[in-house]
Amino acid sequence: MTQFLQLDFAPLLCAILAGATCGLLGSFLVLRREALLGDAITHAVLPGIVLGFAVTGARAGLPMLLGAGAAALLAAWLISHLRRVARLEGGAATGIVFTSFFAAGLVLLETSGARSVDLDVDCVLFGQMETLLWPQAMGPGALIDPVALGSLPPAVFLLAGVGAAIALAVALLWQPLKLLCFDADFAQSLGLRVRWLDMALHLMLAAAAVAAFEAVGSILVVALLVAPAAAMRLITNRYTPQVLGGAALGAAVAALGYGLAGPLPAALGSGHAVTAAGMIGVLSGLVVAGAAMAGRWRHG
Amino acid sequence: MISHNTLVVVLGCAALGVASGAVGCFALLRGRALLADAMGHAALPGVVGAALLGAWWGTDPRALPPLLLGGAVAGTLGLWAVHALAATGRIRQDAAIGVVLASFYALGVVGLSVIQAMPAGAQAGLSHFILGQAATMRTQDAWAAGGLALVSVAATVALFPRLRALCFDAEFAALQGLNIRRTDAALMGLILLVCIAGLPAVGLVLVVALLVLPAATARMLNHRLPGMLATSCAVGGTAGVLGALISAGHQGWPTGAAVVLVGMAFFVAALLVRREA
Repeated sequence: MTQFLQLDFAPLLCAILAGATCGLLGSFLVLRREALLGDAITHAVLPGIVLGFAVTGARAGLPMLLGAGAAALLAAWLISHLRRVARLEGGAATGIVFTSFFAAGLVLLETSGARSVDLDVDCVLFGQMETLLWPQAMGPGALIDPVALGSLPPAVFLLAGVGAAIALAVALLWQPLKLLCFDADFAQSLGLRVRWLDMALHLMLAAAAVAAFEAVGSILVVALLVAPAAAMRLITNRYTPQVLGGAALGAAVAALGYGLAGPLPAALGSGHAVTAAGMIGVLSGLVVAGAAMAGRWRHG
Repeated sequence: MISHNTLVVVLGCAALGVASGAVGCFALLRGRALLADAMGHAALPGVVGAALLGAWWGTDPRALPPLLLGGAVAGTLGLWAVHALAATGRIRQDAAIGVVLASFYALGVVGLSVIQAMPAGAQAGLSHFILGQAATMRTQDAWAAGGLALVSVAATVALFPRLRALCFDAEFAALQGLNIRRTDAALMGLILLVCIAGLPAVGLVLVVALLVLPAATARMLNHRLPGMLATSCAVGGTAGVLGALISAGHQGWPTGAAVVLVGMAFFVAALLVRREA
């Protein structure tokens, strides 16, 4: 128990929080037909993260969140601006903007001195779930001991805070978001501020991307954002199951993926655990494939 | 004076840039740009799988052709998965691309962590496929990249009339007797070829930019397809050369990032020029 708390509790908690938060937001991306924006924003936040890191010199939550939010809004604005000014189709504009942001982030990471033991390319690509330890947990009592809880890795608090804020925002905006997803033009004609709602969604996406990126890496955030929502879309036509089911599925996939990363290779005869973030990503793909088959069976 | 090694890398990147410029024009006009993103990411498990097989059989784990072949197979599978998901009619292609690129990439990451546990040497340089590291290109790798690039340029030129008809008015072209499915498949094949050839130098995250940026730049500056094609090839080649040189001269600049940023500079310049005009 003590060993589980010290080694596995924090990463498992992070994975579940990341899965639930991204799964919750993912439905709006899929329903708004902006799945590519998830891809774009998770890549585009990199320079913001690196700059936030460079300014403070530590992997502190707030500056990195602010930097990422700014980068995400800038990227989303640039994409829509490029579509208009350069008359490019959405895919091409997205491809140009996010690759440029990601490339700039990589160069910043390597040259600005931000590169350190705390933030490096591997962290960006694969996440650092395995490094989230909780050495102060001396037994089950630590779960109710405020001092021990306070010594949990900061990533846990960042994810919990961001997740709670996003859940609250989604709850408050439940009806407007529903209208937005089903008929944005109609929503606008009712006097809904579609632009503001879109911007709020983009900001939440950026926050979720930063918070989850530490756990699973920037590319696998896309898996958590799009896959649970796409799987739910394949099997349901109703809003509430879609959104809440996406969050639950995201959390379940993350927990299961984390749990399988150790035992599965051992069962297959290899002595080494594989990366948990990778397992979560693979599992989310399998869930979508399964949902596609289930959906075909149900809908004929 | 640049060394022989740098020269090899620069020439390899130039060939890649020209090829992606040529193919990118049609990828852009046909609206296929982000499928390249899916294919690039989907190639990773294939590359890793080929390396695992190579380690199993005891062949040279760093030989590029088997790795690229594995990448091409996995990339094709990824493309098929995108089509299969979009064909359900319930999720659109963009969501399908997101699912496929992330989950295939994840499978590749799992494979990488398996291979890292194996005896030394097997994993050498595999993670370079993610961000690209042209500096490790050997002469025969540059030849392979250059060869693939030449093939795709030649195929683009040979298929030029059909690709043009496909991009401008597919329905009319179909009435004229063009086999749309086959031409689209040929275009996807070319995109795959360029993506795979670009992986070692530019990396799977940024390879899509290699296709989009030169073509989008050329589109700003031209109203006619032959001119756009020529400009795109020139921009791609120049970005390849400059990116490789910058990356060779600055410690820590990944080649892919350098090439993309140079291409981005061209694109922004073209936007400004067109605005002036």
